[in-house]
Amino acid sequence: MTTRIDTRFAELAKEGRSAFVTYVMAGDPDPATSLDIVKALPKAGADIIELGIPFTDPMADGPSIQAAGLRSLKGGMTLKKTLDMVRGFRKDDNATPLVLMGYYNPIYIYGVDKFLADARSAGVDGLIIVDLPPEEDEELCLPAMRAGLNFIRLATPTTDDKRLPAVLANTSGFVYYVSITGITGAAAADSKVVGEAVARIKRHTKLPVCVGFGIRTPEAARAIAQHANGAVVGTALVDALRTSLDEEGRATSKTVTAVADLVASLAQGVRGAKQAAE
Amino acid sequence: MNQRLPNSFRTGPDEHGHFGNFGGRFVAETLMPLILDLEKAYAAAKADPSFQREMNGYLKDYVGRPSPLYFAERLTEHLGGAKIYLKREELNHTGSHKVNNVLGQILVARRMGKKRIIAETGAGQHGVATATLCARFGLECIVYMGAVDVARQAPNVFRMEMLGAKVVPVQSGTRTLKDAMNEALRDWVTNVHNTFYCIGTIAGPHPYPMMVRDFQCVIGNEVRTQMQEAEGRLPDSLVACIGGGSNAMGLFHPFLDDPSVEIFGVEAAGHGLTQLHAASIAGGRPGVLHGNRTYLLMNDDGQIQDAHSISAGLDYPGIGPEHSWLHETGRVTYLSATDDEALDAFMLLSRLEGIPPALESAHAIAKVMELAPKRPRDHLMVVNLSGRGDKDIPQITEILKGRKQ
Repeated sequence: MTTRIDTRFAELAKEGRSAFVTYVMAGDPDPATSLDIVKALPKAGADIIELGIPFTDPMADGPSIQAAGLRSLKGGMTLKKTLDMVRGFRKDDNATPLVLMGYYNPIYIYGVDKFLADARSAGVDGLIIVDLPPEEDEELCLPAMRAGLNFIRLATPTTDDKRLPAVLANTSGFVYYVSITGITGAAAADSKVVGEAVARIKRHTKLPVCVGFGIRTPEAARAIAQHANGAVVGTALVDALRTSLDEEGRATSKTVTAVADLVASLAQGVRGAKQAAE
Repeated sequence: MNQRLPNSFRTGPDEHGHFGNFGGRFVAETLMPLILDLEKAYAAAKADPSFQREMNGYLKDYVGRPSPLYFAERLTEHLGGAKIYLKREELNHTGSHKVNNVLGQILVARRMGKKRIIAETGAGQHGVATATLCARFGLECIVYMGAVDVARQAPNVFRMEMLGAKVVPVQSGTRTLKDAMNEALRDWVTNVHNTFYCIGTIAGPHPYPMMVRDFQCVIGNEVRTQMQEAEGRLPDSLVACIGGGSNAMGLFHPFLDDPSVEIFGVEAAGHGLTQLHAASIAGGRPGVLHGNRTYLLMNDDGQIQDAHSISAGLDYPGIGPEHSWLHETGRVTYLSATDDEALDAFMLLSRLEGIPPALESAHAIAKVMELAPKRPRDHLMVVNLSGRGDKDIPQITEILKGRKQ
């Protein structure tokens, strides 16, 4: 089964460049502004969209994304409304891959089968669920694959060669390499070290490898994109959004452009990178 | 529930860390290799007689075990029913049952060569126990504690700092135990190479619920022997308070396969079950948080809800996965006690026996006050006095002042 993710990576391979993957939190700071932001992302240069599902207890996220989730929940966001947002986005864009990223509990409570059916019909292409390692594949990963959704696994510096095959076994779409041991928004990894790690993963899989955690500037995005099939930026976008809000934490006329402008400049960085030899 | 009851309630978890449908390993990939390492290291320690000898040595001479099983004569008279025994875990070094588990985990950490220990704490009892053993073994110790709890458990914060630990007040979320656990997990994921996460209760990803239970089973094992010596038979009922549920599981587990023994866990009902509370079984449903599937307080969107209890140690929106399973199988009966009931029990035990219980343990006493009068005088009831109340005296003084005004 070919998803929008597979198609997009095939196109990018032809262009000879890496993907720019953007993360924003669904519903941050309110559902309407959030949809406008997501709609603006592809135009600003995002190749793949990761949309965060807000959760009260995001144990792998740093302060920026924790706060984004709480803003979103305060604005009344739910998993159901997140899927509504995806539907809204798909009205105008049937090409940009969209991946939901979050934690398992909201999906478990929604009901796995119902969630997968609703996500697929809404136009979701893949899932990144932080707290579902391969040891828990029967919960969501295998049902997602059967439902035609990519289950994108995180590989980390602690995932050694012995463990990599298990991590890659049921992964599809791409592999998300977390470049540091740590939470989102922490310090960036050295691009040379990242390059070695990506090469190590590529010895085990033909899937594209995207790298995230700690990328904040066009220069860093370019450096990482030279070594990987994609660079993921999240916290920097969430921070740009936050600084555009008014004192009450509400969206202003600058909110959408604050995110879009940063995406545009980061996208330039990624597009300036030469694709590493496969 | 139409499931077949198991032949034994003591064989869990399975190799994936499941107690029935509960438990598991719901953690980020970064932590997964560590959890597998820990599982191996703990299995090796468990099989090594020298580890057990080392444990037993420290339990006896450092912790002061066995803790007494004390016949509470005046409480028994006052309630006019069952004969009540207190398992005196509050007499352990550091003032609670927490030290039993911490000792075990620190000895495992030493075997694994880990020099940096992190912990989460609610009331501060687990933090104090961890700080104590880190001081004893010369290990770096960082304790995450919700900012709200730092304020209401000041004596324990001072104690941890005096012992050389760094106490980090957690400002995220509800600023209580759940957020302290989130923050400890964030530290762990960042410092995987040198850090051992010493979890304070029978929750978290496998193997923690099993390992912590094993270390706490010394409580119930001693009670078996002590009750045999005192009364020549098994107790008829057991009562213990439950936040995560480690003191309760330590008492209960050795008796799970004795069908004559009635078992009661007491959750914190806070202001009452229809208002803010911390009773995950009475008021929650199964979900996934902090590495395991278990009963949790949450809304219809799967967002975790704020717990409330007067007792910081019970102020957690979840419960150990093995308790969730024991609830569903019906082997253990889960009750709840409100803040006010716990306060009354605190006063009663202080006045009748000269033993101020921790506010956590006072929840168990509160239900003993209901259960004991309904049972005959030859009924032997054991209640786990899991911690001492000294740490709560400033908080209780404030509350009582407020009541008088």
